[in-house]
This record gives sequence, structure tokens and C-alpha cells, in this order.
Amino acid sequence: MKAIVNVALKKGVLDDQGKATHHALDTLGFKEVVSDVRIGKQIIMELNCDTQEAARAQAVKMCEKLLANTVIEDYDIEIIG
Amino acid sequence: MNVTVLQFPGTNCEYDTQYAFEKLGATVSILWHKETAIPSNTDLVVIPGGFSYGDYLRSGAIARFAPIMESVSKYVAAGGKVLGICNGFQILLEAGLLPGAMKRNDTLHFISKYKNLKVINNKNKFLEELEVNDVVNIPVAHHDGNYYIDEDGLKDLEANNQILLKYCDENGNIESLNGSVAQIAGISNKQNNVFGLMPHPERAMESLLGCDDGVKMLKGFFNK
Repeated sequence: MKAIVNVALKKGVLDDQGKATHHALDTLGFKEVVSDVRIGKQIIMELNCDTQEAARAQAVKMCEKLLANTVIEDYDIEIIG
Repeated sequence: MNVTVLQFPGTNCEYDTQYAFEKLGATVSILWHKETAIPSNTDLVVIPGGFSYGDYLRSGAIARFAPIMESVSKYVAAGGKVLGICNGFQILLEAGLLPGAMKRNDTLHFISKYKNLKVINNKNKFLEELEVNDVVNIPVAHHDGNYYIDEDGLKDLEANNQILLKYCDENGNIESLNGSVAQIAGISNKQNNVFGLMPHPERAMESLLGCDDGVKMLKGFFNK
């Protein structure tokens, strides 16, 4: 079973990398198209779990403990398989 | 005075830190992260700068789970003093031993230069050799030094005098370096026994090498 975890800065925490990238896109001619850019990271894991529920529960624990810093970051989890 | 300096894979300031504290008269031992006990005669634990675990995932995120960190938490709970410098500060934040978190510098650049710091609070073992509003010139070298804490957290820091140092110009006017909330360069915990700062006082120990303002900063720990 595969878990795909996306981690990004919380809304309200200024994302300087997103802002700089947004600015670069603006100057490349995408000003009309792009209204917001946020940069995050994706963590892809193979999990040895029997059910999607069990995989999700494990992934939540991993996010809370290590994969995200919940002081500044949010995460979402997608389970495939 | 016995100082224990922790060493993780990727730590690179442990010998500068050893030099600094030995110069001030301490006996220094370097402790590998796989050890599980802080030596019982330790008067101060220092988590030095560097790039523990290559800064993978987040700066300090993996080091905080190293075997030695459990005994650091116990040492803190028992009132022991801990100083985290640069990556050491990041590790203390990740470990929850200090409040807040680090983001990438707002300039997105690695910043490596001398920077003036203003003393905001000196009622602690770390900065008691300095006066409030003193300005010290100390090297900074970091990519992730953009200190973040939410509004309520900032109010708590202010109410409990936990803000120790802010970035400033040579005249003491507070100014931004890396986007840190309230231009914070260093903080303590509420109990005043855990200290963290991004600048490197251990790199400012010899006037021959540019500046020895670090001496005044680290000397406080030697007071009884």
C-alpha cells in the first residue's frame, strides 16, 4: 500500500519560497494565470498495512511525530492500493 | 566547570565550541549522539552548529530523535542548563524544548556574515555578563534562521522575558536579518535553563580573528 504525504506551510505562515516563485512566474508571463503559489514537499512511502484505514492511521502518527512540524506546517495524506 | 558538547553526524562546530569553552577555563568533552547518558558532572550541555543529518526533512528534525536527546530532555527537566547554537537551536525547537519553529530565511539565501545583536534580557545565566541594550557583533551562518512563532506565542515570550537577543544595526536599532518574527535572534525557555540562538558566539573568541564579543556572551555560564 502506498501513502503519499504532502506537507506545506500553514495558511497564515508566510511562504517566502512560494512568494519568490510566484514572482518569477509573473515575470515569465503567467501573471494573469497564477493567483497563488505555495511550495511544499511530498513524501512517498510503501506501507505494510492490510487496510487503507490502518495505513492512514499509521501515516497520521508519522506526520504528527516527524514528517511535519505542526507548529508551522499542515499535511494531507493520500492512501493508494 | 564541565561542558558536554553533543556531536551528531553533520555537526561541524563542536571543536570551535570546545576551543571557546576551554579558553574560558572549562573542561570540555564531546559526546557522540548514540550515547544515552549525559555525564553526571556536566554543568552545561551545548548543542553546537552544523548540518545534523544533512538538514534532511527539516533542520534538526531527525537529530531530535537521536538516542542522546532523551537524556537531554531529562537533564532539562531536572533543571540542567542547555545552550543550542544555530543547528543546536533548531534541534531544541524541533524537540519542543524551546517554543516556535524555523523557516527558510526570507531572502532565501544562506547568510554568512558578522551581525550586530542587541541584548533584550540579561536575567539569566547565559547573558548576565552583558547589560540590557548592549550591542555585540557575532557571526551568523544559516539558511533556516527565520524564527516563527504565532501571535499568542510571541506574547508569551515577551511576558516571560524569554526574548534574549534581536538583530540590530551597530547603533542598536532593531532591524531584520532573515525575516524572523520580531527580529528574534535568541530565546530561552520559561524556566530559564534552555537557551537557543542562531548566531555563533564560539566563532567570536579572538580579537586577532576579527572580534571577541563571544567571550562576554559565554562567560555568564561560569558565574556561580
